[in-house]
Amino acid sequence: MAKRYEETLINPVCSSTLQFPLAIVVQRFFKPGDWLTLALVCCSVGWLCATLWRHGAGDLVIVRSKGQVVSELSLQRNRTLSVTGPLGATVIEVKDQRVRIVSDPSPRQICVHHGWLKHVGEMALCLPNQVSVEVADARGRVDSVNY
Amino acid sequence: MRAAVSTPSITSTDHRIAWMAALAVALSMAESVFPSPIPGVKPGLANIIVLLVLHQDGLRAAVWVSGLRVIAGSLFFGSFLTPTFFLSLSGASCSLLMLTLTWRLPRPWFGPITHSLLSSLAHVAGQLFVVYLWLIPHRGIMYLVPILAVAAVVFGLVNGLIAARLLQAPSPAPASRAELAGIPATSRTG
Repeated sequence: MAKRYEETLINPVCSSTLQFPLAIVVQRFFKPGDWLTLALVCCSVGWLCATLWRHGAGDLVIVRSKGQVVSELSLQRNRTLSVTGPLGATVIEVKDQRVRIVSDPSPRQICVHHGWLKHVGEMALCLPNQVSVEVADARGRVDSVNY
Repeated sequence: MRAAVSTPSITSTDHRIAWMAALAVALSMAESVFPSPIPGVKPGLANIIVLLVLHQDGLRAAVWVSGLRVIAGSLFFGSFLTPTFFLSLSGASCSLLMLTLTWRLPRPWFGPITHSLLSSLAHVAGQLFVVYLWLIPHRGIMYLVPILAVAAVVFGLVNGLIAARLLQAPSPAPASRAELAGIPATSRTG
């Protein structure tokens, strides 16, 4: 009799804690509508991530010289532009929705080595020649994002 | 004084609500021990209690437990009427609003997992609303929304599963007590 008492005490606890594989969880706890809710919620959260974290390709190139905007180019049209600064000419190239600085008279060539830019907010600075190139969004222009 | 305490207006439902609210406060204090990577990302274990009460005692009791949890919890934390309190209050209100809506869904089709998922998302939405309107009126917090939403889905799912598990467990208290009380009797006969 004492043994049976022990069994009744221990068994329910053991069986309820051990019975937790995924199949049983799915079968016992999910109702059909719960699957629907989970799917809808996952889809909408995925959509939230996609829309709020979109560092999309920019569509506008802002070219500045001595701090003043000298030109705004579209990223959609391939072209080459030359901007004259204190040291000489900086050559900017737009090609295949990207922009780069082809050549610059600055001694360390930092902006040339920066390579192609295409995302909103990306920037190449040629400080000695006081020329900068920035990719922006034509709809809402954002100077900088801090968070 | 004694008569006032034992007035018949205190029902067993009141006792149950008080117990469950105390449990919810204890759970939210317990989980506050763990550091969170981003302010606002918390498991929200107290919501398991609210879900249980909702399923076992109905909507009115769930509103009571949730409200008591917010107020009593903030008194314990020392955050009563601080921004934290209002964040907690707005989250709990939105979550309760969502529960009242989802509670109308056909019960055989939608269980505690649905209630938990949607109410935890509503909780986060309510908090973000207050944060944006009052504390940080800057669009930068939009970058946090996906992280908070993913956390809400994960913890909402886990809490819903725990609530579903607890609701399906056979209520052990009366049976085991009867058994325990019955032990001497059986040993006597055996």
